[in-house]
Order: sequence, then structure tokens, then C-alpha cells
Amino acid sequence: MNSKQDLTAQQRFLRTHRRNRRMVCLIRLICLGAFLGLWEWASDTGRINGFIFSSPSQIAECFWNMAKDRSIFLHVGVTLGETLVSFFLAVLIGLGAALLLWSVKSVARVLEPYLVVLNSLPKSALAPLLIVWLGANTRTIIVVGVSLAVFGTVLNLYTGFCQVDQEQIKLIYTLGGTKRQVLSKVIVPSTVPLLLSVMKVDIGLSLVGVVIGEFLAARAGLGYLIIYGSQVFQLNLVMMSIIVLCVIALALYQIVALVEKRLISR
Amino acid sequence: MEAFSRVPMAAFENVGFAYHSLEGETAVLQNISFTVRKGEFLSVVGPSGCGKSTILSLIAGLLEPETGSIFFPACEDESKKVNIGYMLQRDQLFEWRTVLQNVTLGLEIRRKKTKEARKKLEEMLEKYGLGKFKDARPSQLSGGMRQRAALIRTLALEPELLLLDEPFSALDYQTRLSVGDDIGTIIEKEKKTAVLVTHDLGEAISLGTRVLVLSGRPARILADMPLEFPEDLTPLEKRNTAVFQEYFQKIWKELKKDEQ
Repeated sequence: MNSKQDLTAQQRFLRTHRRNRRMVCLIRLICLGAFLGLWEWASDTGRINGFIFSSPSQIAECFWNMAKDRSIFLHVGVTLGETLVSFFLAVLIGLGAALLLWSVKSVARVLEPYLVVLNSLPKSALAPLLIVWLGANTRTIIVVGVSLAVFGTVLNLYTGFCQVDQEQIKLIYTLGGTKRQVLSKVIVPSTVPLLLSVMKVDIGLSLVGVVIGEFLAARAGLGYLIIYGSQVFQLNLVMMSIIVLCVIALALYQIVALVEKRLISR
Repeated sequence: MEAFSRVPMAAFENVGFAYHSLEGETAVLQNISFTVRKGEFLSVVGPSGCGKSTILSLIAGLLEPETGSIFFPACEDESKKVNIGYMLQRDQLFEWRTVLQNVTLGLEIRRKKTKEARKKLEEMLEKYGLGKFKDARPSQLSGGMRQRAALIRTLALEPELLLLDEPFSALDYQTRLSVGDDIGTIIEKEKKTAVLVTHDLGEAISLGTRVLVLSGRPARILADMPLEFPEDLTPLEKRNTAVFQEYFQKIWKELKKDEQ
């Protein structure tokens, strides 16, 4: 009791803060544990059909077996590789297109409605068409991944470029600068935070696109595993792939978020 | 006071200007003629929105006059512009650059960023109390320091003619008085010709050597008044003189007359 009174208000605040954070973590873990336990129990006792709903232990076993024969690493590697390629392509193409639209305003004015339509179009609708056009191969999968992310990137970045303070642009002109210098000294550096938050969205979208592509046109990858598993009624495999996808999605997002934090706090 | 000669630096001849939008035409300047002479500090006052800032944009060449012409007799080739420095309403220091990098922005743009130029700017930052902050981010500076940094950025290109567009309007009153004092003194020390646009009569009189009074939109010149103060007073000290009050009343009357 005594020692508690010796603490300063700041220390007490920090202590409460830490305790709250630990509590939140703990409750999260309890939720997860309870969910998994309930699932396992229901499946074991036959309250739900273990064949259709699988169970945590079956999923873990499935993962372990595939890890042993190393096949899971192939599938994860394929999906990851395709996702990263489409992510970088989407960001590069998106950035380039947005810069072009900003530089040539008349092009932007003409293209805007088309971009809006393409952006709101469900891109999975395009996937079957792309397979016919490009064939059932990795290239198609990457194109689907890019198509999902790229239009939003262009629109968001272009809007961001247009919202840069006009006075900052005027400053460059008063210092004798050209339009190119407006771009390199103001537009690009001031939209770095926007670019990073767009990238956070893009990494998720690329993954979604790649999985859609794999559903339709793959010989390997997590999307392929999901489709394959559902066709041969091996739902353990489907569930396991979904969980691995969750982990990949989280990891990719965290990496981009980490890069963002690094760059912005500098 | 004889420091400034009669050499004309920039001249307006019957300049007219209007902004165009789908809603219609807004005439802002009508038949404006005046001359800025070398070494003088010309204050331009007028009601808000009367087109004062447009005058600066025209001098800087960011806008072209619709009628009349602007020329720079100080240049050998009169159609060419003198080297102009423009200070905007807000400092526009870029947060992604340090203070020193902000100050050298103009040099970078004109590809004149040499070692000597950089060194000179560092000395200038030192001289005007920003030496310790050269590697700081602009957000770490006070409002007054930011304005000083913005002025140094403008002076870095060694302009012959300085354009100041209400550079103190974003500051609180106290800072405004002291920064006005600072900047007025710096400009005098660096022996620059300057055109200041403001709606603050006190600022116009205390900083200027001559005042141009503009009417409401479309702006005409109501009065062109040279200011005579006892020598060697800082802008802040000028505010306490009797002459200051006289000028203030005179300009006030001109503006009031126009309103009616």
C-alpha cells in the first residue's frame, strides 16, 4: 500500500496503461482458445460434422503432414511470389499513371469516368476473360492481382496529387521552378504518406486478386489448394489453406506498416 | 534617406486585369500605373480582396496583364525581368526538409547550390538567430522564426526586388509586431528594394518608405504617398511618432472616402 502511494501520477498512469494492454492481450488469447476448444470439442463429440467442419487438430495435422513433405512451402512460396510481383507492379504502374494524369490534366479529364468505372467494377468478373485471353498460367494470375489493386491506386494517388496545397506549388514557381520541379520538390515528397497508406491497401488487394486467379488458373498456390481441396472434399486442406492465407495477409500488412512507420517518423 | 536613388526598377503602365470563371468576369485592376524605384520600400494598402496580391503576381510574372504593360527599366533588356524574390502569405516551409534544406530550395531549383552559396546561407541563419535550428524541422520553430526562415529562403537567390504578400498575416498580433520589425530591419540591412502588400495600415506605414493606397475592386490608385520619418527609427519605434498618426489618419480618410 505504501509503495503505491510513493508512485507519481505519471507512474500510476503508465502502470494502469500497461495493465490494460496486458488485459486486452489476455482476453484476446482467451477468446481464441475458447473458440478453438469449442470447435475441437464439438467436432470430437459429433455435435458438428467433423468431415465438413473439420477441427483444429485435423487442420494442424494436415499442416504438419504437408510441412513434412515440404509441399506446403511450395504452395505458400508460389502465392507469396505472385502476390509480391503483382503488388509491386500495381504500385509502380499506379504511381506512373497518376503522375502522368497529373502532368497532363487534359488526359486526366478525359479518362476520369473510365477509371471510376474500372475501379468499381468487380475485377473477379474479368478473371475468366483473362484466362481465355492470356491462358491458364502465372502471368494471368499476376494480371488479376494487378487489376484488383491498380485502378484504386491511380485514383487515390491522382486525387492526392491534386489536393496538394496550391500555395506550395506557387512557391516553387516564385522560386523560378518548372512544372517538373513542382512534381519532384512538392507533389511527390508531400504525398509519400498517402503512397504508403495506398500500399497498405494494395498488398491486401493483390493477395485477393492472386487467390482469385489461382482459383481459376493454377497448378500450385494456396488458391489452388482451396479449390482442389473442396473438389475432393478434403475440407481440412481448405481450412488449413485459409488459415495460412490469414497469416500471410497479416504478415504482409505488418511489413508495409513497418516500412511506413520507419519512413514517416524519420 | 538619400540612399535610394531615383532609378526605376519596375513600372506599371495602365495595367488592367480580370479573373475569369464560368460565373463571369471579375475585374480586379483598372488602369494601374506606378513605378517602384531602386532602394525603396513600397507598401500597397487597400481593402481585402481588392487585387493587391494580383499586383505582386503580375510583377513576378506568374500572371500576364490583360491590358497595359509592365516593364523593368533596370534591366538592359527592358522586356526581361529583374531577379525577383517572392514571400508568400504563409511561410510554406516544407516539413519533409530541414530548415537548411528549406532555405536552399531556391538554389536547388535554379541549380545554383554551390558550397559557397550554402555556406553563405548558414551564416545568414546564424546572423538571424536560426543557426541552432538549421537541422531542425520547420514544426520545431516558432511562427516568427518560420517567417525569418522563409525570408532567408527568399533572399538566398539574391533578388534585386522583393515582393512581400501579407507575410505577417498568419501571425498573432505580438509576434507580428516583432517579426515585422525584424524583417523590416533585415531588408534594410541587406539594402533590398521591396514591395509589401498588406491590409494593415500600421504595418504599411511603419515598414514602408512610400505608400500606395488602392480602392476597392476594381482597384484604382487613390493616393501615392511618400513617407518621411526622422532618421534611423526601427519600424516599431516609428509607430510611436506623431507623424505615424498623421499618415495613418490620412490613409484612413482616403479609404473611407472611397467606401462611400
